[in-house]
Amino acid sequence: MSPLKISWKSLASKPLSSALNVLLISFGTGILTILLLASTQIEEKLNNNSKDIDLVVGAKGSPLQLILSSIYYIDFPTGNIPLKEANELMHNPFVKRAVPLSLGDNYNGIRIVGTDSNYISLYGLKTQSGKFWNADLEATIGTNVAKEQNLKVGDTFFGAHGLTENKDLHKEHAYKVVGILAPQGNVTDNLILTSLTSVWKMHGDEAHDEPEGKEITSLLIQYRSPMSVAMFPRMVNQMTSLQSASPAMESTRLFSLIGVGVDTLQWFAVLIMFIAAISVFVNLYNSLKERSYDLAIMRTLGASKTKLFLIVILEGVLLTLLGTFLGIILGHLAIELIGNYQESSQAKLSGFVFIANEIYLLFAGLAIGIFASIIPAIQAYKANISEILAKN
Amino acid sequence: MSKMISIKSIAHNYSGGSKISFDDWKIENGEKWLLLGNSGSGKTTLLHILSGILKPSLGQVEISQTAIYELSAKKLDQFRGRNIGIVFQRPHFIKSLTIAENLILAQSFAQLPKNLQRIDEVLASLNLTDKKNSYPNELSQGQLQRVSIARAVINKPLLLIADEPTSSLDDQNASAVLKLLLEQTDLNKATLIVATHDKRIKDAFTNIYQLT
Repeated sequence: MSPLKISWKSLASKPLSSALNVLLISFGTGILTILLLASTQIEEKLNNNSKDIDLVVGAKGSPLQLILSSIYYIDFPTGNIPLKEANELMHNPFVKRAVPLSLGDNYNGIRIVGTDSNYISLYGLKTQSGKFWNADLEATIGTNVAKEQNLKVGDTFFGAHGLTENKDLHKEHAYKVVGILAPQGNVTDNLILTSLTSVWKMHGDEAHDEPEGKEITSLLIQYRSPMSVAMFPRMVNQMTSLQSASPAMESTRLFSLIGVGVDTLQWFAVLIMFIAAISVFVNLYNSLKERSYDLAIMRTLGASKTKLFLIVILEGVLLTLLGTFLGIILGHLAIELIGNYQESSQAKLSGFVFIANEIYLLFAGLAIGIFASIIPAIQAYKANISEILAKN
Repeated sequence: MSKMISIKSIAHNYSGGSKISFDDWKIENGEKWLLLGNSGSGKTTLLHILSGILKPSLGQVEISQTAIYELSAKKLDQFRGRNIGIVFQRPHFIKSLTIAENLILAQSFAQLPKNLQRIDEVLASLNLTDKKNSYPNELSQGQLQRVSIARAVINKPLLLIADEPTSSLDDQNASAVLKLLLEQTDLNKATLIVATHDKRIKDAFTNIYQLT
């Protein structure tokens, strides 16, 4: 009969206190798993959406807001910018590629983005059916949009003014779906893409043919060379009435803001794990008092001190490893559940993704098990069996 | 016949500072001895010294030509597991294991292979076959004392030691346990030492070691 089996049987004979310990450990691990999964997935998604965009230029306001609205399509835009000024920047020698965006309408909460063909090459878009938008009022929709709104190539729909409400419909012009994008794994899965002129048309700008009066929301910019990083943003901020915002800098800033909350939760989880470790320790320490006679009997039957040490350590490690496994599973289930209830489809979380860092959680569980059981194990090792037997 | 067990010039200092010394004692193979003494006379101390649980401050214990306290700690544990069976005053088992598992435990701690046939054989000889898969708390004191005899003889020990095996039992159970101890000693070709102050069982023994 192996020490492992003896430890297991001993835990199984005290199901309540064993379960309590496992539960405590699994809560701590569960919270850590949720934090780990959520922050990795959100970071991945954020980076995935902004990976080829060096700078966003838009109306003055909060740079974070500009990034959120123009890259992640979460917040409201900071305002509009004159097309004339945008055009000048687009032809600046520092700029390799500039993509104009015009936001402002939605269809059932899905943002309608007016842009040009540069957008296609910026995100490397492909269609799974139909074609890209070309003429006015043609729209190419993301794969999730097609699925969730039941739209097919050839269908028509009305855009509504604003970014979320569905009240102020543009009844006079209907969009026609001409293509559906292949799954991209980024924000474009959840967008409706159309031409800039379509958006202008919606808002009755068609009368003016010259670009003077026209406005767009923002510009996504790719630099020509790394040199531009130093020069171009300063130039935009000083020489024009526009502002520039760097996605890399702003997401770092965003993360440092969220980070406070993540840190707090992390410490909370560590605290739970610590309490769990103490609980395992108290459990083993108390049961050792009751079991000192058991252990003495095992010694008389020929078990060595090392074996008793191992039996007690294994009890602690079994409890914490079991708790850790359960916690990791709970964490994944919780993330999947959160993902299912998430409204924003831009950063949907999935519980069926495993990441390498989770292996550290197992190591942590192992370490806590050893930490909690080392003192009782040493006591079992050192126990004077003659004294214990004589007392009874 | 070779000397089975001998103790020579044994003395022990208790941690409290008091001292006790024991007369030399030689036991032949297969003999049955009674160890008599009032409580506090050092009975338990001597039994612990004999069974390799308590190293005496002075003197030598030889069992079957092995000076047991010259063995390493690990070897001594193993020697005890294989060659010495102990029956305590109050039977004690691992509560989380069944009777059969408690006996398997005794085999595996002695580093002997698991032998279910031997377990069946011993349980049958003690009339306990139907208790094989019961847990210790499902058995009566008398039954448990029989199981502790089973555990003591499971590895066919050279020496069977019983410390007050009958004092917590009623007359009927006491004589039954005594009978079983004697039977099992012969059956397993062991040597028996029973420490007691129980007058009910004195008559069964001819060899007596008296503590003063």
